[in-house]
Amino acid sequence: MRISFEKRLEQSRLSAILVPVFSFVMALIFGAMILLAFGVNPLQAYTVMVRGSIGSSYALSETLVKAIPLMLTGLGVSISFRMLFWNIGAEGQLAMGGIAAAFVALFLEKYLPPFLVLPAMMIAAILAGALWGLIPATLKAVIGVNEILTTLMMNYIAILFVEYLYFGPWRDPDGFGFPGTAQFPETAWLPRFTGRIHFGIIFAIIAAALIWFILNHTKRGYEIRLIGQNPRAARYTGVNIGRNILVVMLLSGGLAGLAGMAEVSGIAHRLYSGLTSGYGYTAIIIAWLASLNPWGILVVAFMMGGLIVGGDQIQIAMQTPAAVAQVLQGAILFFMLGGSIFANYRVRIIKNLEKSKSGADGYG
Amino acid sequence: MENPKATTVVQLKGITKKFPGVLANDRVDLDINSHEILALLGENGAGKTTLMNVLAGLYNPDGGEILLNGKLVQFHSPRDAIANGIGMVHQHFMLVESLTVAENIILSLQSNALSLNLDRIKKEISGLSKKYQMPVDPDAYIWQLSVGEQQRVEIMRLLYRGADVLILDEPTAVLTPNEATELAAVLRHMANEGKAIIIITHKLNEVMNFSDRVTILRAGQKIASFLTAKTSKEELARKMVGRKVLFHLERSACVPGKAVLKLENVEALNEKGLPALRSISFQVCCGEILGVAGVAGNGQRELAEVISGLRTVKKGKILINGEDVTNCTPLQAIDIGISHIPGDRLGVGLAPNLPISDNLTMKAYRERPITRGFFLDRDQLQVFAKNLIQTFAITPPVPETPARLLSGGNQQRLILAREITANQGVIIAVHPSRGLDVGATESVRKTLFEQREQGTSILLISEDLEEILQISDRIMVLYEGKIMGIAEVADITVDEISLMMAGQPLEKFNHELPADGLKT
Repeated sequence: MRISFEKRLEQSRLSAILVPVFSFVMALIFGAMILLAFGVNPLQAYTVMVRGSIGSSYALSETLVKAIPLMLTGLGVSISFRMLFWNIGAEGQLAMGGIAAAFVALFLEKYLPPFLVLPAMMIAAILAGALWGLIPATLKAVIGVNEILTTLMMNYIAILFVEYLYFGPWRDPDGFGFPGTAQFPETAWLPRFTGRIHFGIIFAIIAAALIWFILNHTKRGYEIRLIGQNPRAARYTGVNIGRNILVVMLLSGGLAGLAGMAEVSGIAHRLYSGLTSGYGYTAIIIAWLASLNPWGILVVAFMMGGLIVGGDQIQIAMQTPAAVAQVLQGAILFFMLGGSIFANYRVRIIKNLEKSKSGADGYG
Repeated sequence: MENPKATTVVQLKGITKKFPGVLANDRVDLDINSHEILALLGENGAGKTTLMNVLAGLYNPDGGEILLNGKLVQFHSPRDAIANGIGMVHQHFMLVESLTVAENIILSLQSNALSLNLDRIKKEISGLSKKYQMPVDPDAYIWQLSVGEQQRVEIMRLLYRGADVLILDEPTAVLTPNEATELAAVLRHMANEGKAIIIITHKLNEVMNFSDRVTILRAGQKIASFLTAKTSKEELARKMVGRKVLFHLERSACVPGKAVLKLENVEALNEKGLPALRSISFQVCCGEILGVAGVAGNGQRELAEVISGLRTVKKGKILINGEDVTNCTPLQAIDIGISHIPGDRLGVGLAPNLPISDNLTMKAYRERPITRGFFLDRDQLQVFAKNLIQTFAITPPVPETPARLLSGGNQQRLILAREITANQGVIIAVHPSRGLDVGATESVRKTLFEQREQGTSILLISEDLEEILQISDRIMVLYEGKIMGIAEVADITVDEISLMMAGQPLEKFNHELPADGLKT
């Protein structure tokens, strides 16, 4: 007897719903065992988590605050993943966006009419993220350098550059030695709705609509999908793959850059160390969990925001070590991603040759 | 059996293997003998590799049985197979470059010993190396070795694990002629020592030089078996390509117009950087089908690719209606009016996961009314798709169906529909009816023939000789990237084509044969 995985010809709708639900339940059970090992009542912990992430308007707003950069970066990487360009550099593109926005807010603000400050920050951030993404894209399109390595390595450059700026030349002289730039003038603050929910949520929704529209209703979107589905067929039908890489990375990097602007301008009102806290990497997981669907990314990013905020609450309310919340988050992601294999593959248990003969008709 | 010492080691009985939509092996029987080299001959996709993967434990057959020394066996993995003495060297070697030869050889061994006596293992390797006259340095790193030497390591690995049946998939594909000769000697030596050797190949020379027996597969079925000494390349070529008469086309006499597609001394390289096309010159006229015959891998695919802008021309010129289009981009080739029906339907011709509609518009999407400026008009796209689905009778007639769910015949209809709609005078068709059933084959050929009637120049590249003879006006034979000859289809016999496919230029036997021998 042996077990074999066979790719499903057609993904069944039922498994598309059941598999994630089942995976989530498994993750909760697994998490419960870990919590028990730390002497924490799992039911109590989960209640704290749910309450802390969506149980009050404050909790909800904090979840959304975490979700906004995840949405924008998730959308950004999703469009490059659509054409099999593995942009894992959203973190660096976000950082460059944050730097550009901070530059406008700190040094150009006094020369600009107030109503132009935010648009200028947005444009600067989008351009900075896009250009940061354009470097690996050009290397790939022109001489075929592996984008996974270049985008990843450029993250470190960007992250260290941010640190250099707020530890060094841009450090707030009145900041009592804390790392971070001076606070931006109020004209450079993104308006807030309620709690800390800022205008970035609108950016995210517009970005999702834009990506949906590009993919489904433009020539460019058609080419991106074609390249993603079969690069050889795309080349054969005359699609210029190099040019598409450049365009897609401008878009992908631009969205990550915008996420950086939203973070510095909507939340911290300065360039600070929390900017590069891993949103760009989490975005990769979000994009895959949402099967690269732009609307799905908004939903999954919200859930991920809840997971982060809820995890923090466990730590605060139940006095567990910080690692417990992280293990819990990791377990949930692990089961969700691991479970997705069952939606695309079916498991066949093969007892012996005699039996599998009759099973052969199943191929259709 | 030729060799008196030969005994049957493995018997395959009625092996059947299905893949979604394809019957890769259809009740194949095969005997494998010790002291013997067996060649498994067939075109690409004939099911040779699948059959051997079943024997080597990589695939579970859907039907049939394997007898090893008369005993029924089942292999659930390559490990199972090798434990029973059956091993396979794949086309792509599975060696770890940064390890030494000895380390690679022991890599897959299952041993519970905690310590590793590498010296003893090296000695054993040297012993085998001497026994089979196959020099291998156990301490060399894989990355230091030539491809031929790496292949020896793969073979050594199987010998070390006690394999008595060795399967080699296209062993000479990666070798230089000298290395191939060395390999032939090594294999002969192993056969003399009592091993059973199977080589998978589609090269006729290799069959003649290497093997004692040859079995021919076509479309998943066993067609014939011969003692190599009692057959000829021509007979093998004929059996391999098959001769099935499907239907008769009323051929109007070809009134060749002006030359539309013209190649002058074109040279190109294959993926490995070796010459694939050598000084190719020919022309196709308006309203003419030029059939290109040849055994697979003699430059056919590369020929199609240079014309459609997918492969770089190193030397020479390609002209369309007198205009130089050498090394144009694929998009320029499309704009000039070159339609290309690729041989690899799912790999190149289609995006299998996208719906029929998107596949049909892969070339038309750039223009009005489907696109306006940046925007794609989904409604127009649907109208366009529905029209083509109707005209070309694609089933299911549902534009949203993913292309991968279509039958082979309908997938090809989809490609034909797209390419013929985009057609502006030249069609390059590669294996247009490969793997299709009789009905679909007929419809594909009729469609191409209609295009000829309407004045299109068609280059028909096919391994199916019958197809070429049926609809071509002239035939050209490629061998190792060179043209062996071009002749009117009416003026040439299948035997002559077989000779050319085996590497004899047309002029050569023109002199040898009496003049009336040329006519059918």
